[in-house]
Amino acid sequence: MSDSIDSSAVTADAAGLAAKPGTGQSGTVVRSTVMRRLIRNPLGIASLVILGTIAILAIFAPVLAPFEENFANISKTLAPADSVNILGTDSAGRDTWSRLLFGAQLTLLSALLCAGVAIAIGLPAGLIAGYYAGKFEAVSNWVVSILMSLPGLIVLLTIRAAFGPSVWISMVAFGVLISPSYFRLTRTAVQSVRNELYVDAARVSGLSDLSIIARHIFSVVRAPIIIQTAAIAGVAIAIQSGLEFLGLGDPTKATWGVMLSEGFKNVYLTPTLLLWPALAMALTIGGLVLLGNAIRDALEDGEKIKHRKKRSVATAEGTTAEPAKARQSRKSVAAVELGTEHHLIKVTNLGVGYPQADGSVKKVVDDVSFHVDRGEILGIVGESGSGKSQTAFSILGLLPDNARIVGGSIQFDGNYTVAPGDDRVNQERLSKLRGKRISYIPQEPMSNLDPAFTIGYQLVTPMVRVLGITKAEARTRALKLLTDVGIANPERTFDAYPHEVSGGMAQRVLIAGAISCEPDLVIADEPTTALDVTVQADVLDLLRELQQRLNIGVILVTHNFGVVADLCDRVAVMQNGRLVEEGTVRDILRNPKEQYTQTLLGSMLEGKTPMTMLVTPQKEPVA
Amino acid sequence: MIKFIAKRLGSGLVVLFVVSALTFTLLYISSGSIAQNILGDQATPEQVALKEQELGLDQPLVTRYFAWLGDALTGNLGASWFTSEPVANSLATRIPVTMTMVFTAMILIALCAALIGVAAAVKRGWVDRVVQIGAIVGDSIPGYVIGVFLVTILAIQLGLFPATSTISPEVGPEAWVVSMTLPVIALLINGVTGGAQQIRSAVIKQLERDYVRTLRSRGIGEREILFKHVLRSAAPAGLTVLSLQLIGMLGGVVIIEQIFALPGMGPLAVAATGQSDLPVVMGVVMYTVVVVIVVNLLVDILNGWLNPKVRVS
Repeated sequence: MSDSIDSSAVTADAAGLAAKPGTGQSGTVVRSTVMRRLIRNPLGIASLVILGTIAILAIFAPVLAPFEENFANISKTLAPADSVNILGTDSAGRDTWSRLLFGAQLTLLSALLCAGVAIAIGLPAGLIAGYYAGKFEAVSNWVVSILMSLPGLIVLLTIRAAFGPSVWISMVAFGVLISPSYFRLTRTAVQSVRNELYVDAARVSGLSDLSIIARHIFSVVRAPIIIQTAAIAGVAIAIQSGLEFLGLGDPTKATWGVMLSEGFKNVYLTPTLLLWPALAMALTIGGLVLLGNAIRDALEDGEKIKHRKKRSVATAEGTTAEPAKARQSRKSVAAVELGTEHHLIKVTNLGVGYPQADGSVKKVVDDVSFHVDRGEILGIVGESGSGKSQTAFSILGLLPDNARIVGGSIQFDGNYTVAPGDDRVNQERLSKLRGKRISYIPQEPMSNLDPAFTIGYQLVTPMVRVLGITKAEARTRALKLLTDVGIANPERTFDAYPHEVSGGMAQRVLIAGAISCEPDLVIADEPTTALDVTVQADVLDLLRELQQRLNIGVILVTHNFGVVADLCDRVAVMQNGRLVEEGTVRDILRNPKEQYTQTLLGSMLEGKTPMTMLVTPQKEPVA
Repeated sequence: MIKFIAKRLGSGLVVLFVVSALTFTLLYISSGSIAQNILGDQATPEQVALKEQELGLDQPLVTRYFAWLGDALTGNLGASWFTSEPVANSLATRIPVTMTMVFTAMILIALCAALIGVAAAVKRGWVDRVVQIGAIVGDSIPGYVIGVFLVTILAIQLGLFPATSTISPEVGPEAWVVSMTLPVIALLINGVTGGAQQIRSAVIKQLERDYVRTLRSRGIGEREILFKHVLRSAAPAGLTVLSLQLIGMLGGVVIIEQIFALPGMGPLAVAATGQSDLPVVMGVVMYTVVVVIVVNLLVDILNGWLNPKVRVS
């Protein structure tokens, strides 16, 4: 959060991009795909065409313009468009079209100058501050905070008062003023990669700081800087034309700002004079804004595709048309299958997918079935991306908004929460179950507590909402719960904010929260993964003890067979969104039928004989 | 908390000092021919020298700066070189006009941007698309261009509003509101479009946080999650966006006032700039920096109140 607090409005988005290592750090391959994506995006190509056209018009202005920028035909003022003056003339009889072209030249050059100055200051300063930190960073942060608290136009007015009317001086000054946006962008990006392994490796292999910066770090900031430059060029054009509009620009130059002001003075006579410079400005700045957006989209799409590939099932089987008969049965199936009501939770042929831009659906969970009874612990095991968490979240009804149920059903205590044929979880039904009868223990303790509220508040409120008890009662219960989960000083923890307790303590708090309303089913999503090894065993003991005492059903999502062997009654193994095999822990551990389960078991370290000796056996001394 | 505020206030004063010294130096360097400009082309060298002595231009920079600073600390910002009106007086009559507009616009921006941004983040769909497109359009058209077109279309072509706004005590509150409407609209459009989009991103970022999912799993309703937890966490980002917009608006309002012929800081600043009227320019810069410092301090205090981590440290 602190990041967003001190990010300037302009840099926020681009800095976010830079902070992800991997974006655009890369050779020509990634860049060319970004370029291709950019051109395929209609807005991207439109912005390139607009900006390209304006640039060409500007470059060839002296050739294209029929008149000199200040040539005035006094006998023909405020004339409407004709064959000589294709856009008419202004109050001094100057040709609007010619002035528009020369204005474009000046506008683009000054925007480039401004961005160039800002990059020349912000980029190296950001690299140094990010890479070496220390005093330089402290001092530059201070300077940045001053520069950022000065309104641009007021500074430019001062510069104008001091140095007179020069477009170039004012743009250099504005470049200095806006350089913090590059500084912050670069510093954030550099900080995020400085301690990456490949940078360490480069350092160890003896590369100089300069070549590390040039090779590894510069490539990370390149793309965000292009995006930022598009934004800054737009701002520069706006502020510079504003200065000219005020009549503080160089009177000998034709600029869009001066033309706008000229049009405004004659607004009662020829309001069309306003239109052309305003249009030119809006097209140029709009083109830059669109270009920045399109580049960002192109980069983000690349990111998204990379992530999706990791966690989804092979795309080939992804495009599944929904079976028509499942849809039809939607209304008719209200009651669950006879003889299955006694299961606490029953998942039948569940499929979960994410619709893609091209209309296909990527399945992340496919044809998964299992059940859990009261007092039973089911382990769901699989590597990252096997769909185990997605399965857990569909039971809780906490899938991301864009997720769809693409098949199967889920029933809880004899009622469907996902009826056959539904493409979404029945939130109406689940919202009454969540917290009360089904609860959740998350993986990462710290990020799962709201940093702005005390632990006590976060324990008490659900009990007040779900159980309808008073705050005082809930407080007594919360303190008791905190004692139950092994917290020595419950009062102090109750009053603490999440950042004031340790990770192990926070996980105990989350477990206390999960059992606070006496649920029937607890879904624990890797509850020990983020914890210290010593704390892990405690937390598992706690879970087992609570489960036995309260006789609840538990679904334990994990990638660790050790945890399964320790805690679970039955285990389901998942791979690539599918259920590989399911059975009692004893059976699966003793004789796994599937190759994948064997591989998973084989990758455990416990109970193995070391493969290599750390100390080489004594040899006969040579000679 | 008091220590925190005192520290912020202290650093604000340092900034004020640094900016005043820098501005003064810049203007000093360029004030070589100022006496000639004031007196006109016909002035004799003796008259010019006399004027320079009168304005203290013959003194070295450091002496002059500290003389100015000493006066400024007692509330005396000097007098305009051209009109001889005391700067403090001109500021006192003009600041209320400008600040009324800026703060009216800011309050409206805060309300509209928060409302639209949150709606876009929560509802997505068409609201979200409108916000996205609005942000691009808003970014593409500078606020003062919007102002020019508002005057041209609504005031001059359609005659719905007065083209220039005169604010004097004699006009009733109704006329006052009517004359302020267009300038405030011109000021706030960019702020609303940009702010809504950034608040939308901040809210979406918070909605995707793990603790939101955990709160849902605990049976807390969507409404309570949004208003109590998500908005609170997104508020610091939103406040930063708004404070940056306010800083920008202090510049933007100068042009808007010029367009609508409002007797605020704008015309004073523009005239002083054109003439290099050092005392007035200094006054304008100082007033701006003070406003910025106060606003940033308020934002820091609000953030401290919203975020327990900041409060502790």
